[in-house]
Amino acid sequence: MTIESPGGPSAATALLDVQRLRKVYEGKGRGVEAVRDLTFTVGAGELVCIVGPSGAGKTTLLRCVAGLLNSTSGKVVLEGRTVTGPPPGMAVVFQEYGRSLFPWMTVRQNVERPLKEKRVPKAERQRLVAEALDAVGLAGSHDAHPWQLSGGMQQRVAIARAVAYEPHILLMDEPFAAVDAQTRADLEDLVRALWKRLGVTVLFVTHDIDESVYLGQRVIVLSNSPTVVLEEVPIDLPDERDQLTTRSAARFTELRGHVYRLVQRAKDGHRPQD
Amino acid sequence: MTAVPAHAAERGRGGRRHRPPPAWALGLAGLLCLTAVLELAPRAGLVRERFLPPFSEMVSALADQAGTGAFWHALLETLRGWAIGLAIATAAGIVLGIVIGGVPLLRAALSSTIEFLRPIPSVALIPLAVLLYGTEMRSTLLLVVYASFWQVLVQVLYGVQDVDPVARETARSYRFRPLTQVRTVLWPTALPYVLTGFRLGAAVALILEITGELVIGSPGLGKQIAVTQTSGAVASMYALVIVVGLIGVAVNAAARAAERQVLRWHPSVRGEAVS
Repeated sequence: MTIESPGGPSAATALLDVQRLRKVYEGKGRGVEAVRDLTFTVGAGELVCIVGPSGAGKTTLLRCVAGLLNSTSGKVVLEGRTVTGPPPGMAVVFQEYGRSLFPWMTVRQNVERPLKEKRVPKAERQRLVAEALDAVGLAGSHDAHPWQLSGGMQQRVAIARAVAYEPHILLMDEPFAAVDAQTRADLEDLVRALWKRLGVTVLFVTHDIDESVYLGQRVIVLSNSPTVVLEEVPIDLPDERDQLTTRSAARFTELRGHVYRLVQRAKDGHRPQD
Repeated sequence: MTAVPAHAAERGRGGRRHRPPPAWALGLAGLLCLTAVLELAPRAGLVRERFLPPFSEMVSALADQAGTGAFWHALLETLRGWAIGLAIATAAGIVLGIVIGGVPLLRAALSSTIEFLRPIPSVALIPLAVLLYGTEMRSTLLLVVYASFWQVLVQVLYGVQDVDPVARETARSYRFRPLTQVRTVLWPTALPYVLTGFRLGAAVALILEITGELVIGSPGLGKQIAVTQTSGAVASMYALVIVVGLIGVAVNAAARAAERQVLRWHPSVRGEAVS
């Protein structure tokens, strides 16, 4: 259960290593190739966004990385171990917060349940739950049920649950696709703040080009299905990001324009080699 | 929901008020009408008193019954048989439902068997029950368990199927152990179905309990009904039928109250959700 970094220079090695990942969904008679050949790495402590046109197999990729789906070929290596099922030290925040949180549990119970599963001692558990809910701004909602909260607050609970779990890597699958624009901006800043504070590695999947540029240190642009990596775009924006100044910076507009053109080309079926 | 729209209330304040009477008042009126018909029809000679005595006679026969130890003993026997049968059926239905529903292979293999066994009317098993246990209480118990078991099992199977894929993946990604998944995800999802199955099973169990007592002659109110019928105590017979009906109403009300209590988080019960 415990994770130990493999011997050697762990800082230099990638935390997450996706190698030639391929996924074919077997249908009746014919298979559907969702992901053809994906190779990329995410270093420890990085915040990487994955963006691509809709139907680009983003969710398939994330489910393979999360160990929720078996790949057809290729492999996912997390902290030196090949992923064959949900690995320890990983937390996933799903887009459908309303279905991911358990309505029969209170906010506190939702956050605490995975820690009980991890056999975290009670006092430590209570501290982690309180800190996580505090960090997402829900210190006063411990005893509410998720369905008594607004959509944005529910997604905050899901984020708190992931944070309290103390993962090494946090996977986020279009987490803000279902909340309104103002809430989304708040939650983006929350993710940046938590990432910086906790030093956790974040892989953030989104279809929102602005969001990927605003959040990421690097943006991986995917082609349309069957998916390959179209381009990796380093985001050389200052580390301190702000909804107003960052988004109005000239460099932001340039990068956004670049990623936008890549996604447009991906939609038109442009692929790197074939 | 019987909330009156604001504009309707305002209009009512000005002129004529014609707000519909509350539901309980209408229900009570219906019952009063029924008892009036039961009282007046035999007295007016519309039906022969030998077959349907006036309601007041049923009530006084019921009062007489309530003074005898035999009545209370029979009532207790009926309730005991019903409760034991229902408990066995519910426990078996839940356990087997979760096991069968949780293992896709098992579910596929057994679904046709279940579809074959389920529609067999329990009363068709009366000869078998008598062969096995004679006129003992166990005879009727067999019928009760058989009939209510399917009600619970089928509902639990539906419930187990209803687990949200996202909730399931959340549990998997946080590495919930299989038993924790059953306890914290599958069971709460299936609970509304379990309670529906329990409520349906409770009603069916009562029917079969009375049927068994009537036909097989195992001890209970059903047997008393048969005895009063053969001895010509028609008013007493009706009195017992009324008691059986009241038990049915009480059982259903109790099951519904339990549902509301246990499922406070469920969309069908909770009221104040932010949507």
